[in-house]
Amino acid sequence: MPNPVLLFGYGNLSRGDDALGPLLLEYAEAHCDMDKVEILSDFQLQIEHALDLENRRLVLFVDASVACDNAFDFTVLKPARDKSYTTHAMSPAAVLDVYQSIKKQTPPPCFLLSIKAEKLELGEGLSANAENNLTQACRFAGDLLSNADLDFWLKQADSITPI
Amino acid sequence: MYEHLETAENRDSLKRVVVDPVSRVEGHGKVTLLLDGDNKVQQARLHIVEFRGFERFIQGRPYWELPVLVQRLCGICPVSHHLAAAKAIDQLVGIDPENLPVSADKLRRLLHFGQVLQSHALHFFHLSSPDLLFGFESDISKRSVIAVLAEYPDIGVQGVKLRKYGQEVIRMVSGKRVHGTGAIAGGMNKSLTKAERDYLLEDIDQMIAWAEGSVALIKKVHCSNLPFYDEFATLRTNYLGLTKPDGALELYHGGIRAKNEHGETIIDHIDYCKYNDYIHEEVRSWSYMKFPYLLSLGQEKGWYRVGPLARVNNCDYIDTPLAEAARVEFKAHSGEAMVHSTLAFHWTRLIEALHCAESIKQLLGDPDIMGSDLVAQGEKRYEGVGVIEAPRGTLFHHYQVDENDIVTKANLIVSTTSNNMAMNESVRQVAAEYLSGRELTEPLLNNLEVAIRAYDPCLSCATHAVGKMPLQLELVDAEGKLIDKLIKHSDGQIERDNA
Repeated sequence: MPNPVLLFGYGNLSRGDDALGPLLLEYAEAHCDMDKVEILSDFQLQIEHALDLENRRLVLFVDASVACDNAFDFTVLKPARDKSYTTHAMSPAAVLDVYQSIKKQTPPPCFLLSIKAEKLELGEGLSANAENNLTQACRFAGDLLSNADLDFWLKQADSITPI
Repeated sequence: MYEHLETAENRDSLKRVVVDPVSRVEGHGKVTLLLDGDNKVQQARLHIVEFRGFERFIQGRPYWELPVLVQRLCGICPVSHHLAAAKAIDQLVGIDPENLPVSADKLRRLLHFGQVLQSHALHFFHLSSPDLLFGFESDISKRSVIAVLAEYPDIGVQGVKLRKYGQEVIRMVSGKRVHGTGAIAGGMNKSLTKAERDYLLEDIDQMIAWAEGSVALIKKVHCSNLPFYDEFATLRTNYLGLTKPDGALELYHGGIRAKNEHGETIIDHIDYCKYNDYIHEEVRSWSYMKFPYLLSLGQEKGWYRVGPLARVNNCDYIDTPLAEAARVEFKAHSGEAMVHSTLAFHWTRLIEALHCAESIKQLLGDPDIMGSDLVAQGEKRYEGVGVIEAPRGTLFHHYQVDENDIVTKANLIVSTTSNNMAMNESVRQVAAEYLSGRELTEPLLNNLEVAIRAYDPCLSCATHAVGKMPLQLELVDAEGKLIDKLIKHSDGQIERDNA
């Protein structure tokens, strides 16, 4: 059986702030109790990632986002058939929808931690603002992982961004 | 051919239609059409709008970082870049391919077969099967993998699991699904354990069966409307790729072979380290992507196609039985020495997927993949060239380093660049034959995308003609009159032309 909690950060380490997702994973591995947590990293989301959601109790996707209003946002994910189906890079909601289609069952509770990004150019490092946002997001993710409980995560999502 | 539609006369008086972005391709592709008052197409171009400048990204780095670093050029085929770079830096440590330890060579091949299998599975089942199963002009809501999962659940699930299996091969060989460090200069950094080998063996027969089923499916789809499939966006071109010394299909290492439209050999068994003597790249003012061509035939006639169709056309046989039988059937269907149908890229892609699955099984049964002799070292060199057949076609990595092992020069030719001219020709043909004179609708425009998608372009890593082209933004009113133009010149200077 896989670990009950999946922490899935995606992005490209060499594309400026796009590295935020994978960098949060590095923080978690170094600072958090990972006994029940499995780490997964990729450049972008794809159909086969639906199979990584199997037998999980909680899933946390972590991504860089230029659309983020705050340093980070934390939201509950629902399956959705958005336009990302037509690309090589799917949204997490679309991955949940693929899961539903393949498994014929509701996906496990999934959440998205979006960290505000500014620059996504190849060969650039993190921007100063993104670095600050990452620090805040890491602290927040640390709390989530040490309280890997659905009610706690739902409360956190409620308190940050209305569902 | 449709070269006359590359550049129209009186462009300012024409209506502009932009298909932006082209969906289901990686990166940002854009097609622009210029139409006259009767909706007749006067110009059609495929533009690559994303700029990544990856050769600059590589220069200044120590060579041993490259196999990991270049994976970040492209989230779609990181393993292809990883292996091409590894082959190049083998030479920097004095190791030619024939001197690579046997175990390292076989592990790299296993890694590569996993990559090609998962990439081909993704392309067919996720990106192209909606068009092929529901029709090119079907309702847009149907053109997605979700509709495939709903109406053809077995096919949809097989696609997901084939993709996943290929990723698992990559994970077992390189340690991670992405950012793995399997290949290093002169070899590999780990072999497979028995447990890892046994884990991959569990499902391989199922993968072969599914891959075989996918070949039968695409054959059925293609032959269900043979005249259409053989003619749509079809080009009579040259083909280029690697083959084994005996002419067999080769994905990891071989000599360069090019054949013309009649199947006659143009070049054969060429050492890819000398690719510069045979292939040149042309820059055109309106595109970021270069246009490679065979030097012996010149710019006008020397362009060629790469990828599954080129490889299956070029090879004399395939050295796995099921894929070879599929190849023979494929070639027989056309009756010509070379199959030119652009939509046949799909068929050949699945023949290759089957070959990969069979080859994975062969390698998993070979004790060398669990061997311990993994790295060789020779005398330092200052230049290295690595070439492999990536899922989309021939991929060239060429580096020069200084005495401190720092990369001073890099040149990469990615497969989408090699197919640039062909994709533009296919777009022009579809525009002329299916769109010209008709009122443009989204399903009609999807025909253009179908033609582009057949090549499975990976546009995000195909654009690297840094500083060669000005950026131009045009605003055109409903009458086709140019209202405003913003130009960013190669030197960074911005110029506004209010027409």
